[in-house]
Amino acid sequence: MTQELALKVQGLCKTFDRPAVDGMDLKIFGGEFYALLGPNGAGKTTTLRMVAGLLQPDAGEISVFGSDVLNDPIEARRKVAWVSDEPMIYDKLTPMEYLEFVSGLWGVDPSIAEARSIELIEWLGLKAHQTERCGGFSKGMRQKVALAGALVHEPQLIILDEPLTGLDAGSARQVKDVLLSRVEKGTTVIMTTHILEVAERMAERIGVIANGRLIAEGTFEELKGRSGNKSSTLEEVFLELVEGESADAQGLAA
Amino acid sequence: MSFVVELSNAYARRKSRSQSTSWFAAHEARLMWRDFASMMTGGKPHRIITVALILLGLIIGAHWFVAFLLQPVTSAGLVVNKQLLLIISGSLALLFSLMFSQAIESVTRAYYARSDLDLILSSPAPSHRLFEVRTMVLGLQTVLLSLFIASPVINVLMVLDGIHWIAAYAVLIALGLLATSLSTLLTLGLFRWVGMSRTRLIAQIVAAIVGAGFVIVLQIIAIMFGQGFGRLSFFMSSETVAASPDIASAAWVFSNAAMGHGWAALAIVAGCGIVFFAVTHFSARRFAEDVLAAAGASEVQAKAKPFAGFRAKSSLRAVLRRKEWTLLKRDPWLISQSLQQILYLLPPAFMLWFNYGQGDGIFYVIVPVVVMAAGQLAGGLAWITISGEDAHELIDTSPIAPRTVLRAKVEAVLSVIGIILIPFVIVLSFFSWKVVLAMVLGVVFASVCAVTIQLWFRSQSQRSLFRRRQVSSKAATLCEAFVSILWAAAAGVSLLNPYISIAPIAIIAMIMLLAWFIRPPRDA
Repeated sequence: MTQELALKVQGLCKTFDRPAVDGMDLKIFGGEFYALLGPNGAGKTTTLRMVAGLLQPDAGEISVFGSDVLNDPIEARRKVAWVSDEPMIYDKLTPMEYLEFVSGLWGVDPSIAEARSIELIEWLGLKAHQTERCGGFSKGMRQKVALAGALVHEPQLIILDEPLTGLDAGSARQVKDVLLSRVEKGTTVIMTTHILEVAERMAERIGVIANGRLIAEGTFEELKGRSGNKSSTLEEVFLELVEGESADAQGLAA
Repeated sequence: MSFVVELSNAYARRKSRSQSTSWFAAHEARLMWRDFASMMTGGKPHRIITVALILLGLIIGAHWFVAFLLQPVTSAGLVVNKQLLLIISGSLALLFSLMFSQAIESVTRAYYARSDLDLILSSPAPSHRLFEVRTMVLGLQTVLLSLFIASPVINVLMVLDGIHWIAAYAVLIALGLLATSLSTLLTLGLFRWVGMSRTRLIAQIVAAIVGAGFVIVLQIIAIMFGQGFGRLSFFMSSETVAASPDIASAAWVFSNAAMGHGWAALAIVAGCGIVFFAVTHFSARRFAEDVLAAAGASEVQAKAKPFAGFRAKSSLRAVLRRKEWTLLKRDPWLISQSLQQILYLLPPAFMLWFNYGQGDGIFYVIVPVVVMAAGQLAGGLAWITISGEDAHELIDTSPIAPRTVLRAKVEAVLSVIGIILIPFVIVLSFFSWKVVLAMVLGVVFASVCAVTIQLWFRSQSQRSLFRRRQVSSKAATLCEAFVSILWAAAAGVSLLNPYISIAPIAIIAMIMLLAWFIRPPRDA
C-alpha cells in the first residue's frame, strides 16, 4: 500500500425515491485491497457505480488517482476497471475475441494485449474454452471472462461488485488468487461482498456502509476494537455496527 | 379424526384440481392475455382503453374499406367459376403460409424462451399435460391471428353475399390447427434430425422464408408472365385460370368449404381437428423430453476455430465497428429477419430483370421498395447496435467518449445498408443514373432518419429483446415506419417530377420535428 490516493470521494450524494448515498466520504490508497460491506440497499453498489462513471451523482466529488471522474471522465476511466455481479459479456464472442475487443477499447497494443490475454485465459482456467462463444458458458466462466477483461488493460483501480456471487469454491478461489496477486503488484482493489469471511481474510481495510453513509472504517483489528470485544468475528462486529446505525436512524426518525 | 380426513380430502381435491388440464389452461390463458395486453399497451395498463378504442376503430375501418371494395363485385351476385375458386384458394394459401410461419416461431419459442420451464419440469405436476395445453394455446394464437386478418372480408361477405360464408371461419380455424400441427412436427423433427442447438436457428430461418416466401414466389411468377406486381395477380390471370382444374374437381375442396359447402367444411374441420389433437397428444411427451434436453443449449456453438491472434492496432471506431459486424453476423435471428427483408426485394429485382429495356414504369415500383426496405432494416439494425448493447457497462466504463461510440455504431449500421445497396446500384446503373441517384439518396436519407430516431429514443436493453423493440417505444416505431414510407414515396415521385417530392419531404421534416419533441429525456 502506498500513500498515494487511489480514490477520493467527498460529500457524495445520490437520491432515487429516497437517499441512496447520503454524504459519503471515502479515501482509498494505492495498492490497497478495500472491502465495502453493508446490508442490502445500504448504497454500496450505487457508490461504486458513481465511481465507475455509470451513474451521475447529485452532489459530491470523485477522483481516481488524481483524475476527476466528473470533469475528466475519459482520463479517469483509463485507470479503472469495473466488474459487476452480473457479468456483461457478448454471447456471440469467444473469450479471446472479447479480450481483443476490450484491449482495443483501452488502446492496448495488440501484441502486448495478446500475450496478456493468453496468460489470463490460462490463469483463470479458460484455455479449453478460449475458442468457444461465451453464450453457453456457466455463471462462473462468464465471471472469469469479465474479470479477464478487467485485467487485460492493467488498470490501476479495479472495482468489483459482488464478484464471488454464484461462483463455486474452485472458481471463487481462482478469482481471489488473481485479485491478491494484482494487489501484490500494486493494483488497488475495491470490492463489495456479502461474504464477510472473504473481506476478513483478503481486505487490508474494511468500510461499512449503512443508510448511504460510511459508518465505520478500518482494519479488521480496528473494527473489533470499536466493538470492545477482541474475540468478535467480523460478522458480529458488522451486525453490531449495522444494528446500531439502524437504531440511531429510527431514533432520529422518531 | 374426521377433521383430519376432511382436510386430506380437501387437499386431494385441491391437488387434483391444481394439476388438471383446465388448471394449466387457465394458467396459460392468463399468461397469454397478460403478454398480449403488455404488448399492446407497452407495459402501461392504463392505456388499455385507448388501445381497445384504436383497435375497434381499425376493425370498423377495415370492414368499411372491404365493403367498399366488395360492394361492386357482390351486387350482381358472386358467380362460382374457376377464377373465384382460384382467388379463394390463393387467399387461404396465403393465410396458411402466414399461420405456418407464425406457428413455427411460436413453437420454437415454447422450447427455448419460456422462463417457467424449469419450474414446471421440476414440479411433481405431469409436464405432458402442460405441453398439451401449451400446444393448444399455440393453436389458439395461430387461429386468432388469421381470424383477425380475415374477419373483415368474411363478415362483409356474410352481409353482402349470404350467411353461408360463416363456414370460412371454420375453414380458417381448421387451417390454423393444421399449421400448428405441422410446425410442431417440424420442430420436433428438427430436434431429432439436426440436434437441439441448431433447431432454433433453422426454425427461425424456415419461419422467415415461409412467411415471406409464398407471397414472393407468387409475385415473381406473376412478373415473369407479365401479370403485374400484385399478390393476387397470379390467381387472376387468364393463363392460371386456363391451367387450373375443373370446377367439380376435389382440388377446390377448401374453397368450396369456405363458401359454405357443408360436407366439405365438415371434412376439413374434422380432418384438421383429428390431426391437431393427435399431434398435441403425441408431441406432449416428446416436448417434455426435448425441453429437458434443450435446457442449457441456449446458444448455437459454432465450430471452434484455432486462435489466429489479435489483429493489428486500429482506431477505436474501427474496433467498435468490427465488434458490431461480428455480433450482427453471428445472430441467427437477425440473419433470418434481414433475410426476410432482402427476400422482399427479390420481386422488384425480378421485375427489373424481366423488363430490361422496356420503359421506365418499373422504376416507380423498384425505387420505393428498395428505399422502404433499407429504412426499415436500418431502424432494426440501429436498435440492435445502439439500444441492444449487451455489455453497456463495459462500453460506459471504457475511456471512450459516448459520441465516438455512437458514431462507430451508426457507421456499422450504414455500412451494412451500403453493402446491401451495391447490387441494386450496379444493376440500375445500366438503366439510368437518374434512377440510381434517386434510389441512393432515398436509401441514405431513409436510413439516416431511421437511425436518428433510434438515437433519440435509445434505451438500455438486450439484443434478445429485439422482438419487443416496437413495444418499448411505439412512438419511435411509428415515426420510423412513416418516415421510411415517405422517403420511399419521395424517391418514387422524384422520378416523375422532383418538385412533387417536396410534399413528402416536408411531411418527413414535420415527423422528425415531432419525434425530436417527444423523445424521452436522457438520463445522466
